[in-house]
Amino acid sequence: MMTNKRRIIDFTLRFLIYICSLFSVLLLIGIIVYVLVKGMSTISISFLTSVTSVLKGTVGIAGNIVNTIIIILITMVIAIPIGVGSAIYLNEYATPGKVVTVIEYATETLTGIPSIIFGLFGMMFFGERLGLGYCLLTGSLTLIIMVLPLITRNTQEALKTVPDSYRNGAYGLGSGKWYMIRTILLPSAMPGIITGAILAIGRIVGESAALLFTAGSAKMLPKGIKGLMAKPFQSGGTLTIQMYLSATSEGDFDTAFGIAVVLLIVVLAINLVTKALTKHFDVTRRE
Amino acid sequence: MKKKAFIEKTARTIFVACAVVAIFAVCGITLYMFIKGAPALMEVGVFDLLFKNIWKPTADTPYYGIGYIVLASIVGTTTSVLLGVPIGLFTAVFISEMAGKITGNVERSAIELLAAIPSVIYGLIGMMVLNPLMFGLEQKIFAGDTTHQFTGGANMLSAIIVLTIMILPTVISVSTSSLKAVSDNLRAASLALGATKEQTIFKVVIPAAKSGILTGAVLGIGRALGEAMAINMVAGGAVNIPLPFNSVRTLTTQIVSEMGYAQGLHRQVLFTVGLVLYLFIMIVNYVLLKARKAGVDNDD
Repeated sequence: MMTNKRRIIDFTLRFLIYICSLFSVLLLIGIIVYVLVKGMSTISISFLTSVTSVLKGTVGIAGNIVNTIIIILITMVIAIPIGVGSAIYLNEYATPGKVVTVIEYATETLTGIPSIIFGLFGMMFFGERLGLGYCLLTGSLTLIIMVLPLITRNTQEALKTVPDSYRNGAYGLGSGKWYMIRTILLPSAMPGIITGAILAIGRIVGESAALLFTAGSAKMLPKGIKGLMAKPFQSGGTLTIQMYLSATSEGDFDTAFGIAVVLLIVVLAINLVTKALTKHFDVTRRE
Repeated sequence: MKKKAFIEKTARTIFVACAVVAIFAVCGITLYMFIKGAPALMEVGVFDLLFKNIWKPTADTPYYGIGYIVLASIVGTTTSVLLGVPIGLFTAVFISEMAGKITGNVERSAIELLAAIPSVIYGLIGMMVLNPLMFGLEQKIFAGDTTHQFTGGANMLSAIIVLTIMILPTVISVSTSSLKAVSDNLRAASLALGATKEQTIFKVVIPAAKSGILTGAVLGIGRALGEAMAINMVAGGAVNIPLPFNSVRTLTTQIVSEMGYAQGLHRQVLFTVGLVLYLFIMIVNYVLLKARKAGVDNDD
């Protein structure tokens, strides 16, 4: 009797485990198929290379693509040096103690703050206090704070895998600390830094709440080199922002699903690249 | 020689400067949240703002009660975590205890991808798939009901389902690593004593991985509390008591949908909404820190 009951419980549990794990996989397949079916028909060369205009009768997201790329570039150019520098300090200079604890706690806290709070802060500080208003630069400055922990954490992990014998070898040959960091540590930690950067790009591409009140929503293409140089100081909506607006206030679901396809492909590519990178460079797994 | 010392010193200073950026950022955000969020608390009154339920910011005699908004956030987060943690834990058990190498890897990659999908896509699919389903259900349940306000399916239930799905990857990946960290000796000992595989998993492995699973749950709470865009797209646009078929506003969606046009005191109240959200998140962060510490102590 007892074993019978046990068997039923075991069977039920096993059944639940299979159902639940199947759920996640089916969910992913469902999302991808649904988005592709709904959005593939919108995707065309002109959708990717033109700007939505009632006058010309064109529907396109080229302006949003350019905005997204500009935001990624500005954010990464500033966030990577700061994030890597911070990781180098934590790993190579600091001795465990109060300062390190506070910095690590701050980094941890930043990871936990939701993007809408970053958006609010960015709007209040960069947008209003510093007077930048709604522009791509405000959005980038906001995103820098957001992706900083990601870059710091990944660089730290990479620095930890560099064996101490490398450091001691460099010192033994008469190198100074800075020279050692520049010529030995950074090259060895490069895969980790790149992985962190790519993950950060993924986050920026998918981000919306932090940009809604910082970067604005303009979708025009900048005109010429001069326009491009001025663009960081002008309002600009990224792909996600445009998709949100298309799906809500504009009620244009074709464009929304078209952008969803583009986003999904970018996210998929980023995922594959980081996977390949970590596999290729992971010393522990290669053994 | 002097030049070298100078370079070393400069390098060090620059690295220190980079490291303190994180501290400045956290302090700046905290400071701004309080400076901008506190005035409305004074002006409207702490009790009237936080615990009253009427939200009419643009009326002639405006009411700024965010009680239902806070409640909707709490209800949405709690329910989605209660749903998401068991589903996530079962999936983690599959990956760590039952799946072969290939199936486990496939499942893991699927979870990673789910985590990477932008929240607006979840929102869009929720709008197109979930809301019509909910509307059908709503029409069946409330057929002939004259007091119910029909929402077209944009309701609390849709928000909870989307949130549950969105916290799954976090819960699954954290739980999986903590299950995997459980020593094989424990499993072998339990099996050798005659326990079945399921008994071993639920009576031995899961209790041993408790603190990690708890960490995953708390991270899930943080994600659910802070999610804004997806919920804004599926939960409707009215401040209501958070019942399953009511259209609701949460702390995050309140900010997203009104910050664009709010003026004066209305705008300041939205900053207070941000402050309330921030305080909730800080509590979650603190609990997380404690849970992690407890986990480390257990391992020793």
